[in-house]
Parts: sequence; C-alpha cells; structure tokens
Amino acid sequence: MSAPLNAEGPAAPPRSNGELVFAEPWESRAFGMAVTLYETGVFTWPRFQAALIARIAAWEAAPAEDECWSYYRHWLGALEDVLADGGTVFAGEVTARARALASRPTGHDHPDGHGHGRPH
Amino acid sequence: MTSDGSAERLPPALRTEALEQLLTERGLVDPDAMDRLITQYETNVGPLNGAKVVARAWTDPAYRRRLLDDGTAAIAELGFGGPQGEYVVVVENTATTHNVVVCTLCSCYPWPVLGLPPSWYKDPAYRARMVREPRTVLSEMGLELPGDVEIIVRDSTSEVRWLVLPERPAGTEGLTEEQLVPLVTRDAMVGVARVEAP
Repeated sequence: MSAPLNAEGPAAPPRSNGELVFAEPWESRAFGMAVTLYETGVFTWPRFQAALIARIAAWEAAPAEDECWSYYRHWLGALEDVLADGGTVFAGEVTARARALASRPTGHDHPDGHGHGRPH
Repeated sequence: MTSDGSAERLPPALRTEALEQLLTERGLVDPDAMDRLITQYETNVGPLNGAKVVARAWTDPAYRRRLLDDGTAAIAELGFGGPQGEYVVVVENTATTHNVVVCTLCSCYPWPVLGLPPSWYKDPAYRARMVREPRTVLSEMGLELPGDVEIIVRDSTSEVRWLVLPERPAGTEGLTEEQLVPLVTRDAMVGVARVEAP
C-alpha cells in the first residue's frame, strides 16, 4: 500500500492529532471495501450500520472469553452479513477462500503488497 | 446473523483478504481505487477539516449562525462532505454548558470533519460509561469541569451526528482565523477536551 506512514513532521496526516486510524492493515481493507460498496450502491449505509450495530450488540451481550474487543472485527462481520443477505458473497465462499489462503507456503503471506494483520 | 460459523476462527486478516479477492473477481471492488480511498481517509480527511469549520465559526458570526442552524450545509460551504457527513448537528459549548459526544450503539461520527473515530471512541467502556457518569469519565480523560457546568451527553446515531463547537479560549481575541485553526483539536470537537490558548 502506498499510504505514507510517517506520523511525524510537516507532512504528518492531520487525521487524528497523532493517532493512527487503523491498527492493522486488514482493518483499512475492511473499511475500504465497505465504503466502496456503499458508494457504488451495492448496499445503503443505514443497512450496513444496522448490521454493525447488531454485531456489536451481540458481542457486548455475550463477549467471547478468548477474544478481546476488536471494532474492525465487527465491521468485517457486518460487511459479510450484508453481502450474504444481498446474495453478493456468501460466508462459505469467504471461509473456503480464507482456508486456501491460510495454506499458502510460508513467505507468501503478502503476495499483493497490501500487507496483512500482524499476529497479536 | 453470525452466519459465518463462529466455531471456526479464521484470523480477520485472512477473511478480509479472501473477501477482497472474491469482490475483486466479481468486479465489485478495484484494489487500486481502494488504495486511493484508504489513503484519502488516512491523510486528507481528518480533524483539520473540523478545525477550519470551528475557526470560521469563531471569526464569522453569520457563519456560526448557519453552522448551528444546519451543520451539514454550513460544513459543505467549506467543501467538506461525504459518507457519514449527513445529518450533522452542531452544538456550542459555553462557560456554563458542556456538550460531549458518544455513540452508544456503534461508532457514528462525522467523518468529513473529524476523520475516522479514534479507538477510545469505539471502545465499549467509553460508550457505556460516558452516558452514566460523564463527569467522571471526562475527569479521567483530563478534563475537570467546575461543578456548576452543565454536562449534556449527545448520543450520535445514523439520524444525528453531533459535532461540538468548542468555546473560543480567552486570550485569542487577536488571532486570525488561520491562526486559530491549529488550536482546535479533535478531542475538543468531540467534547472530551477544551481548546487551550497558545
């Protein structure tokens, strides 16, 4: 990704007074997909927002013990929910593709140069 | 709604990559266009936009009036708009009234003027506690308000996205609009801080 990451100096992004907007690269991709699909009319923003609220509410009602709070995990879940509801992409397809990606040999974790989440 | 089968925990980075591949293959997203969109939000859409709105309102009474009457329209006058920029309602902080913004349900936030929300704004603790005990939470965030200042907690939704017009600090009467812009912080426009004179 070509986004500048230097947070210091005169060219520092004005975004949030020094705070990074995305903690991990995948968060920015999940964000970008949702905004792109909204802008091209695949779904409405209220539809996405309702799905996000539902995801967050479900997690807060019963937080997974082994999973700490991750806003963009819910964002991604909401995006998948909306796409599945609209028949655009189904969860099973995502799971199958993700499994295939997981079985890539070591060293091919970043094939497209976009970078992906660091383990935490 | 958790139709992805929560029994299987694939890392979100992998699911995201898989989803992007599928959407790209179907012609629904263009990764290069997405790069540009993300860069835009990482570098150009941020609280500097809101700071310009605030500085204009501080120096132009007619603009201040328009901003308080119709936030979205007045913000658009300065060229800022886009997703999450609809239904912006601006409230003014004064010596006696302090507004602070939260989104209890998710993360509604006026992107065009503040950029994307910081992590604490999305955090369950902030979202739950700011409604129940705002004075305490504000104090923990470093803002001590006198006991006689009324605190109003504004809960943003998809129908109303609140933006705080902070109080112009004393001692800045001689500053120009351009000189005021860098004083205005994101936190002040959310209402968890005040603007300090330089």
